[in-house]
Amino acid sequence: MSEPLLTLEGVHTHIGQYHILHGVDLVVPQGQLTMLLGRNGAGKSTTLRTIMNLWRASAGRIVFDGQDITRLATPQVARLGIGYVPEEMGIFGQLTVEENMILAARSGPMDEGRLNWVFELFPALKKFWKSRAGTLSGGQKQMLAIARAIIEPRRLLIVDEPSKGLAPSIINHLIDAFTQLKRTDTTILLVEQNFNFARSVGDNVAVMDDGRVVYCGDMQALAEDVALQRRLLGLSLDSHQ
Amino acid sequence: MLDALLSGDYPRSRALSALLLLIFVSLAFAPFLFPGTVAYQTYSKICVFIVLVASYDILLGYTSIVSFAHTMFFGIGAYAVAIALRDVGTGWDAVLLGTGVGLVISLLAGLAMGLLSLRVRAIFFALVTLAVASGFLILTFKLYTFTGGDDGIRFSVPRELRPSFKLLESDLTGFDVIGFLTTGSLQDALFKVSVNGRVVMYYLLFVICTLLFLLMLRVMNSPFGRVCQAIRENEFRAEAIGYRTVYFRTVNVCLAACIASLAGSLMALATRYAHPETFLSFGVMVNILLMTVIGGMGTLYGAVVGASLFLLAETYLQNGLGWVHARVEGIPLLADVLTPERWLMWLGILFVLSIYFFPKGIVGQLRVWAQARRARRSAGGDGETAAAPTLGRR
Repeated sequence: MSEPLLTLEGVHTHIGQYHILHGVDLVVPQGQLTMLLGRNGAGKSTTLRTIMNLWRASAGRIVFDGQDITRLATPQVARLGIGYVPEEMGIFGQLTVEENMILAARSGPMDEGRLNWVFELFPALKKFWKSRAGTLSGGQKQMLAIARAIIEPRRLLIVDEPSKGLAPSIINHLIDAFTQLKRTDTTILLVEQNFNFARSVGDNVAVMDDGRVVYCGDMQALAEDVALQRRLLGLSLDSHQ
Repeated sequence: MLDALLSGDYPRSRALSALLLLIFVSLAFAPFLFPGTVAYQTYSKICVFIVLVASYDILLGYTSIVSFAHTMFFGIGAYAVAIALRDVGTGWDAVLLGTGVGLVISLLAGLAMGLLSLRVRAIFFALVTLAVASGFLILTFKLYTFTGGDDGIRFSVPRELRPSFKLLESDLTGFDVIGFLTTGSLQDALFKVSVNGRVVMYYLLFVICTLLFLLMLRVMNSPFGRVCQAIRENEFRAEAIGYRTVYFRTVNVCLAACIASLAGSLMALATRYAHPETFLSFGVMVNILLMTVIGGMGTLYGAVVGASLFLLAETYLQNGLGWVHARVEGIPLLADVLTPERWLMWLGILFVLSIYFFPKGIVGQLRVWAQARRARRSAGGDGETAAAPTLGRR
């Protein structure tokens, strides 16, 4: 396994009076795609939000490339090169596709070569470049959200359930896009409920249950072990094919 | 040229373009089109309120900051100029000093308010600003020796801005549009315009207000404005991209405060009078809010339309009702309803109707209709065309 880029050590998160994360330990290796799986309410999205400090960790340590980022404010975390695509896509609906992309390119004008690469990944964005993002379809919104996160080179890309509510053809397109992203050596942490999606793109996997990581390993090994899937996720791959 | 002036933010509706052009031309030639003191006060007030409402729109419409302290900044600008011209002298140095002091005080107050938004959000922030503005209003009444209290401050302006000052020896000829429309007589519509200090004052006000409006268009169509709009939509998302929203909110509040202060200074110069009811009252704040909503939030052009229509209705609705009343005097129920005394009721009805028929404000709704028309026209094609990416250079 490569060097870890992101490490969570015993992270606890409270939201109001509720104790959501109960000591999450997670390692995201450099240059690989790590899947974070688990049942609804296992704490996957909260883990991502805690990494971004949208929810503050009440205990534990989050280390990114050797730097403790547990107490850094959200904008500071983002400026370290962490792109975050939240579950509800996180686009700005009243702004155009172009304006959404410009906002994400914080360091100045967008790089033309990189923009063309993004257009190759998501051709629909070029077509609707001047349209308001709120008028796009669900799949196009998701593409925009991911495109916004990768318009500048990021050291870590965190994506929360990109396939949620999307048609199978769009999901296949996203699988292609993530496969291409992996070729650029981008480190990705991806939360997903769709096991087929996870199996297609994941290198490593961490499974969460009740606010803890209960399994870490190779994605391929989990994909081939139906009994393990049943035990960890309460599903079998066959039922999702 | 036009693209640079409007910062690429076009009206995007033919009806709106025509309306804005009509307002701009009317204001640009106002002293030569609308004779009389009431008309002078109205078009001067429209110019100032366009800037004041636009500055409130960059708070409310562009960043979703609900503040009730905007009249405080308006008042600070007005009182700073009034006090300087009363106590320092009646020259331009006093005008500049008063304007500068007003700007600095507004900037500091805006900074404090912006930082306050770090801890207090939404309705609670609005309530705090309401309390601060009320406190400032009470202070203005109480500090009689400094602010003139309930009597306000009357002051002299520089010589060039006084009605007695003549810029041109000979009079120019104006054309009374309203007179012509009501009488139909071309000869009676012509009137003499003395190019005096009052006209100089108006054009000073018009030019500065135009520049301030274009500046606001520039700022809100810059990367800064885009981030403000992103904050309006979802503050957490903007933070997750890497923007320090507190910084943007604070700069936004300071900018709005400074522009409102400048508007106050200009208004005070035009009226040569500063009074708490004129500049600081809650009634003025409600009017600003109404003008922003009627015009259309988050458009800036909404300020032009909202301020113009609202102030025209406020000033002339009573006269208009009087004219209508004279013509329906014999009809029992109608004559009772259409009396000049009921002008406030009609103003309220007009407001309700405008909200009903223009739920996105006049500018917003005109743009929606224009967009729907464009979509219908291009329904035969694919509806959308690929546009050349601009890479964010503007």
